[in-house]
Amino acid sequence: MEAAVLTDRFPRTQVLASQDMPTYQVAGEDLVETVRFLRDAQGFDLLADLCGIDWKDRTPRFGVVIHLLSTTHREYVRLHVGAVNDTVPSVSSLHPGANWHEREAFDMFGIRFEGHPDPRRILMWDAYPYHPLRKEFPLAGIEVPLPAADVAEVTGQTVEPAPMMGGPFVSPGGKMSEGEPSALDQSWNEEKPKA
Amino acid sequence: MKTTKEISLGDIAARAEELRGENMTLNMGPSHPATHGVLRLSLELDGDKVVKCDPVIGYLHRGDEKIAENMTYNQFVPYTDRLDYLAPLANNVAYAIAVEKLAGLKMPERCEAIRVVCCEMARISSHLLGLGVYAMDTGAWTVFMYTFNEREKLYSLFEELTGARFTTSYTRIGGLTRDLPEGWLKKVEAFCDGVLKVIDEVDKLLTRNGIFLERTEGIAPISKELALAYGLTGPNLRASGVGFDLRKDKPYSGYEKYDFDVPVGTKGDCFDRYLVRMEEVRQSVRILRQACKNMPGGAWYAEDAKKIFLPPKAKVMTKMEELIQNFMIVTEGPQIPAGEVYFEAENPKGALGFYVVSNGGGVPYRLRIRGPSFVSLSILPAIVPGNYLTDIASILGSLDFVMGECDR
Amino acid sequence: MVKSDFGYNSKVEGEVIVTRADAVVNWVRSHSVWPMPMGLACCAIELMGAGGSRFDISRFGMEVMRFSPRQADCMIVAGTVTYKMAEVVRRIYDQMAEPKWVVAMGACASTGGMYRSYATLQGVDNIVPVDIYISGCPPRPEALLDGMMLLQEKIRQEGGSLKRTFRGRTVETKIVR
Repeated sequence: MEAAVLTDRFPRTQVLASQDMPTYQVAGEDLVETVRFLRDAQGFDLLADLCGIDWKDRTPRFGVVIHLLSTTHREYVRLHVGAVNDTVPSVSSLHPGANWHEREAFDMFGIRFEGHPDPRRILMWDAYPYHPLRKEFPLAGIEVPLPAADVAEVTGQTVEPAPMMGGPFVSPGGKMSEGEPSALDQSWNEEKPKA
Repeated sequence: MKTTKEISLGDIAARAEELRGENMTLNMGPSHPATHGVLRLSLELDGDKVVKCDPVIGYLHRGDEKIAENMTYNQFVPYTDRLDYLAPLANNVAYAIAVEKLAGLKMPERCEAIRVVCCEMARISSHLLGLGVYAMDTGAWTVFMYTFNEREKLYSLFEELTGARFTTSYTRIGGLTRDLPEGWLKKVEAFCDGVLKVIDEVDKLLTRNGIFLERTEGIAPISKELALAYGLTGPNLRASGVGFDLRKDKPYSGYEKYDFDVPVGTKGDCFDRYLVRMEEVRQSVRILRQACKNMPGGAWYAEDAKKIFLPPKAKVMTKMEELIQNFMIVTEGPQIPAGEVYFEAENPKGALGFYVVSNGGGVPYRLRIRGPSFVSLSILPAIVPGNYLTDIASILGSLDFVMGECDR
Repeated sequence: MVKSDFGYNSKVEGEVIVTRADAVVNWVRSHSVWPMPMGLACCAIELMGAGGSRFDISRFGMEVMRFSPRQADCMIVAGTVTYKMAEVVRRIYDQMAEPKWVVAMGACASTGGMYRSYATLQGVDNIVPVDIYISGCPPRPEALLDGMMLLQEKIRQEGGSLKRTFRGRTVETKIVR
């Protein structure tokens, strides 16, 4: 499929440079129509993947990346969509398989999908207050009560931050002179107790 | 003292709605032998028939994608083992190829051939277990014992190659951990002969077995359009009639050199999925035999990947430049250039996709794992309603999913 | 039978064994531990492998893998326990009848393993009292069998009551004979 086919029909679409497959930046308002056009007219019949991504320093901060596959032409295409006001239109009416992917993107990033039939968390429990894959959320986690109140009462257990001391070992990046390899998540350690 | 109340037929008709009763909500909980891992099905039953099915997943969500953002590329390889823990080598290979694509590396032929051997052995391992457990769910315990015994032979081979029975962590970005041990390929060829006998035995026990046919034929047929709409890949898609196999249609790691067929089903019911997997094992054996016979010599890692693959130990111990390279790669990670790549590999359960976004450096910015089991499970609300409660075990077994991949 | 517990000469005493009640009960219990496999992740595959014909857990009397907690003696937690799954593990533990034991199989069940993240319970001993920890990722079936043999030893040492200490509180269950 030529890039011009898409950009002529949807003028707000931009072509992005990429090394493995045609990649386009699609505007949120055009997303459903673009996916419908790709599915019906260009033969991209399989939704391979739909995921969220946290571009820390861009506006809009969150994006959604959709990979479509054409089983007949054996091609992939990638669509980047920016989540304006953390919202992206849902493509689950066109590809029902996107239903669960979108629920996961909501669960992990907090991106809301307009028109999604069943917007609830999928990997974390429903009452979990945070969105774990956001860049400011620490890997160790933040303390919240355990989802089951009766078990929490009997055992006195809460959802505690995992102990990070001792790993994962990743150099702080860049200069070797930063000293010993240490965990990227330094929010708390032996010297500095957790806030 | 009993009191009798007289009711007229008119009353009964009026109370027909009340008499019919409500649907029962049944929880097929996370700890259940037939759910193959921690899957919870929230079912609504009308008597014995399922009216609504809502899978609840996330009981094995360990935070792999977040962990990946804090680890170097090589440090993440053990986590890929535990995604589809029935075929760890296949996951290792898929991850390595995805990152190597981003780095723009080209693998030497020997490395590609060894990876193909690993992938196909992982495929046989996963299908043997899938078939064994599926048979166990439908009542045939013997098949489980036979296939598990055969898998033990595979474990011995893996142990000789990688050091671990499964959870192998065999690939590295830019190559493998070590070269093949001597005489290993001969043992693989001997294994190939043995596994065909076991598959024939399983075939004799199951394929024309009246009970097995009753339990699987015609249950939960997935049409071609439904399969494509839900994004199914792998044997589940092929059983529904779509002949798409990533090894043939988008070949990677030298698959185009091997001669094999791809089984495609017609009806997409549970029996078709079983048949597709049986035939795939035979085709995998075919590929293995070709790969073992024509194993090329030469380098088993990308020798030009200076900042990515560890230099050979002999040079590290004696030369300064290699010593520094070794140190940098181990502490800061393989330096992968900025960019993004999405690569799908034909794993035994479907297409395992890795979407890697890199900002340069040794740690990925975002690593997204597209688990085929996640997608296979999303079709459950569409195909389970209308079947009996006892068919659910059959449907789950035929979809062949693993919660490690689904929840990550 | 434990040799120190009785002296027996069938020609003299006839078909009678004299021993302590504890020894008999513990002998019976240790040689027919029915595990409840709480198979959560990869360790479950090694558990199944131990049940297979190469490693044969059946020689210890443990091949009866009861998936119903009411019918099982020992819960083998095999795999990563996440916070979402923690309540399920605890509920199933509560449903098991005394005497019951827990084996934490693998690194993830013992301490959280290599998953130091927001969603993983760092060790199943935070919610249930564990008797045996088996290390490995995953532990080889031989290691699992070794752990089960240790459990058998532990059962044989048990006195007239079962004492469990969990989070500073001790629960004692007296066995009434």
